[in-house]
Amino acid sequence: MNFNAETFDMDGIGEDLFFLSNGHISPVWYSVLARAGYFPVAELGTFRKLSSRLQGHPSTDKKLPGIRMASGSLGQGLSVAAGAAQVKKLTGDQGIVYTLHGDGELQEGQIWEAAMYAAANKVDNLIATIDYNGRQIDGDVEDVMSLGNLAQKWLAFGWEVLEMDGHQFEDIRAKMTAAKALCGKGKPVVIIMKTEMGQGVDYMMGSHKWHGVAPNAEQLTAALAQLEESLGDY
Amino acid sequence: MEFEILGNKDTRSGFGEGLAELGRTNPDVVALCADLTGSLKMDAFQKENPDRFFQAGIAEANMIGLAAGMTIGGKIPYTGTFANFSTGRVYDQIRQSVAYSQKNVKICASHAGLTLGEDGATHQILEDIGMMRMLPNMTVIVPADFNQTKQATIAIAEHKGPVYLRFGRPVMPIFVKPDAKFVIGKADVLAEGTDVTIIACGHLVWKSIEALAILKEKGISAELINMHTIKPLDVQAILASAGKTGCVVTAEEHMMNGGLGEAVSQVLSRELPCPQEYVAVNDSFGESGTPMELMTKYGIDTQDVVNAAMKAVARKA
Repeated sequence: MNFNAETFDMDGIGEDLFFLSNGHISPVWYSVLARAGYFPVAELGTFRKLSSRLQGHPSTDKKLPGIRMASGSLGQGLSVAAGAAQVKKLTGDQGIVYTLHGDGELQEGQIWEAAMYAAANKVDNLIATIDYNGRQIDGDVEDVMSLGNLAQKWLAFGWEVLEMDGHQFEDIRAKMTAAKALCGKGKPVVIIMKTEMGQGVDYMMGSHKWHGVAPNAEQLTAALAQLEESLGDY
Repeated sequence: MEFEILGNKDTRSGFGEGLAELGRTNPDVVALCADLTGSLKMDAFQKENPDRFFQAGIAEANMIGLAAGMTIGGKIPYTGTFANFSTGRVYDQIRQSVAYSQKNVKICASHAGLTLGEDGATHQILEDIGMMRMLPNMTVIVPADFNQTKQATIAIAEHKGPVYLRFGRPVMPIFVKPDAKFVIGKADVLAEGTDVTIIACGHLVWKSIEALAILKEKGISAELINMHTIKPLDVQAILASAGKTGCVVTAEEHMMNGGLGEAVSQVLSRELPCPQEYVAVNDSFGESGTPMELMTKYGIDTQDVVNAAMKAVARKA
């Protein structure tokens, strides 16, 4: 991928592309983009403020380098990615198209329209990843609306399915490598990444209630005290 | 003024011919369809450019997302399905992935309005112009006949940004010259007059041409504007004509709420208050019937344009 703000362009010809479909995790994405060199880390402080390029949900209209599609209204990113991947195949572009989805987002019907399309059309330069943390705003995904056997669903839709421990870097590297090796073989690839929301922060783990709530100053201090490696930036 | 009828065809066939021509001349144009290739007359493009044609199946939301994604890499996607499934069914996908994201997608919508006919109200969308013109970044085009639909289909490939192109099913007279140049946002003055300005779009342009002759017999000199671009609206054309005639009729195959008439009234109320009458469907769903039966029953026929013009003229006094 091209991590240079100066040369970032919307078309991304010859590059790998990434689409964030669950746009509400924009703080994570912005943090990654800033540290990858797309914009100054200091600009992160403008998040959700008036006239900021860092909108509450990702947008293209403020011209923040790194973002190619607005997201926030859920379930649209897989279609967009399949379209971009389809064009890469049409033009002989070797780039791979990646997406990230929430698990609750998979309740949106459009995801499964796109899943059906990508398999039927052998969009095999597409790697979808799912943050399978089992939580959504109203409760546990299992209680709000169960996804059933998620791996079996993707298999039934004709995808290659990999499962990953989303907190183990070695497993992440191994599964990403495996996913890339599966590209070009006639099937789209999905990685179900098992994660824990609020991993490493005792009062956040095991609950859905922090899904849409930001910690206050006191809670933030308590959380960062438990995550020493992330303290440096703050 | 005499109008020469150059033939009779459906506007959707104009789209099909325009798309086929683009297939031959512009390698960046790709097309997507949601299981209505024959109805949209996209067969020729599909046959000649199988690698640039994408069958999305009966999954319109995904089709809009695919099209948005296909712009990344420089393609110009044309999506094709009925107007109802091109707008109402996929409004949020258009809003976020196309309009807000400023993607160069051409949403091509056939079978718009009552003239879809016998399939009935489930398919007869009369709100689509309103939905699309409310979206920032969206250009909204409603060509008047076969030739103009073909010309508009070709012209929008040169416009960078989202476009909603609306056309229909019934066979109607062709009166736009085959070599006419389509300019987005530039209205065509089809007839000059002094008593009333008729501003029409789509199939109502032909109905208004028919109305001109009847009005002439009644001693009313009507000016007729083909407002093929609803957004951006040709404000200059409206003001120049209404300034001369002093009253306006708007005519469209659409709901009164949200349509061309409302767009025109926004201009007049601010810039040049004068009587305006609306030929449009008044807060009602349609029903099954032949296209022409429906236009008569729902008040968007030739006689309705005549009556509206006479009323507008009478209100000037």
